[in-house]
Amino acid sequence: MNRFSYLRAGSVEEAVKAASADASARFIAGGTNLVDLMKYNVERPTRLIDITRLPLNTIEETESGGLRLGAMTTNDEVAHDARVRSRYPLLASAILAGASPQLRNAATTGGNLLQRTRCYYFYDTATPCNKREPGTGCPATFGRNRIHAILGTSDHCIATHPSDMCVALAALEAVIHVAGPNGERTIPMSEFHRLPGDRPEIDTTLQHGEIITAVELPPADFGSHYTYLKLRDRLSYAFALVSVAAALRMDGSTIAEARLALGGVAHKPWRDPDTEAMLRGHPASAERFATVADFILREAKGFEDNAFKIDLARRGIVRALSQAAAGTPQSQTDKRIR
Amino acid sequence: MSASQNHSSPALERIPVTLTVNGQTRTVEVLPWTVLLDLLRDHLGLTGTKKGCDHGQCGACTVLIDGKRINSCMALAVMKDGASVTTIEGLAKNGELHPLQQAFIDHDAFQCGYCTSGQICSGVALIQEGRARTRNEICEWMSGNICRCGAYTNIVDAIEQVLGSTTEAAR
Repeated sequence: MNRFSYLRAGSVEEAVKAASADASARFIAGGTNLVDLMKYNVERPTRLIDITRLPLNTIEETESGGLRLGAMTTNDEVAHDARVRSRYPLLASAILAGASPQLRNAATTGGNLLQRTRCYYFYDTATPCNKREPGTGCPATFGRNRIHAILGTSDHCIATHPSDMCVALAALEAVIHVAGPNGERTIPMSEFHRLPGDRPEIDTTLQHGEIITAVELPPADFGSHYTYLKLRDRLSYAFALVSVAAALRMDGSTIAEARLALGGVAHKPWRDPDTEAMLRGHPASAERFATVADFILREAKGFEDNAFKIDLARRGIVRALSQAAAGTPQSQTDKRIR
Repeated sequence: MSASQNHSSPALERIPVTLTVNGQTRTVEVLPWTVLLDLLRDHLGLTGTKKGCDHGQCGACTVLIDGKRINSCMALAVMKDGASVTTIEGLAKNGELHPLQQAFIDHDAFQCGYCTSGQICSGVALIQEGRARTRNEICEWMSGNICRCGAYTNIVDAIEQVLGSTTEAAR
């Protein structure tokens, strides 16, 4: 690990000011990703700004009837909050599908959004990587790429975003609250993470010096018909090869409203509103779900080791939408997929 | 950090950290990049907490911070100033093993023993959390602790024994 100086921020303003003054400063909260990357010398900040003492650790009702998750709430706190479990069970389920109990006790809501890819080449400082060292090349495109993206890739990067929580947040149309040197702003979840294009070193639209203060969940009516289906090499404590967040509002056997987001397949949670429009007003059926799956994957492109993900995603989408329609969400402890 | 880094550094900022470790207040001065695991082992001599992967993947370094289990290898010690830490050394009370320590002996829930302190600290937290009841749930909620020897069946037996007696005592 490189040397760094340490500052414990006493206020959001102090944190923003300190970060803005130093281009190589980083905020630290749970540290479950940043400390790991620092131990590998992938991240080399010269100043760490500890934001864990900031008053951003509550879950509150919003005026519109949603919930506001403070950025410093832990993954465990959010997953077990009674309001989250009853009104946003998709989010609780997605969080519990990821990491381990120890990591979920430390990892925060804000930090989860800023997780970096688990691409082997990004982690291995002996290899080139456009995300770690812009302009050096992407060995994943022609190397070992079993865990890599099938949607939204570029010649410069085929890494995936690793979060489970973010896939649910995309489906729930969460809004990210941010404070920065120019004041406060909000970023819709769909615009928070970006595709790699020719700047894969930039994961998000957050600017340097900006701090996530909260994640807002708009009012939602997906408490009964939802699922988070995570497909992976191990049944626990493994990143998704493909994951599917599905949330439906049913009017009898007809789909009144639909949300669908995919994880493990792209540089950001993958969502396509056109796909959701294809579900609205239709009866829930495996045939319809298969048509929708083909549509959302219409531009999917496999590489040497990961072409299997296209079919895995297709089947996962059909299964997840079936689980959601039936009101039988995937259990995150009994891993049998029904 | 390497010795050469120390030589090139004119001023190494050492920061005082006060923790309540197994009920005792301890203050030590650490470099900012010292993780809690290294503070416990190298500064306090509490070597019961083990360094396995040092990357938050194996769970050998699991301790309880303010009652919650975390990977101590991923926590910067300076950030935990003021916290209460329980390690494997703090589980026995008045010379009597914690029920889960005794259950690990009763069920032969280890071979080499390297993961055991992490397994037991994690298991103690699991019991306090009260979320896992079935074997399936115990497996899922212990998934952050790896055992290379493969003593999992007996580890689950040990936890199940204590959970069972806890449930009965609560009735």
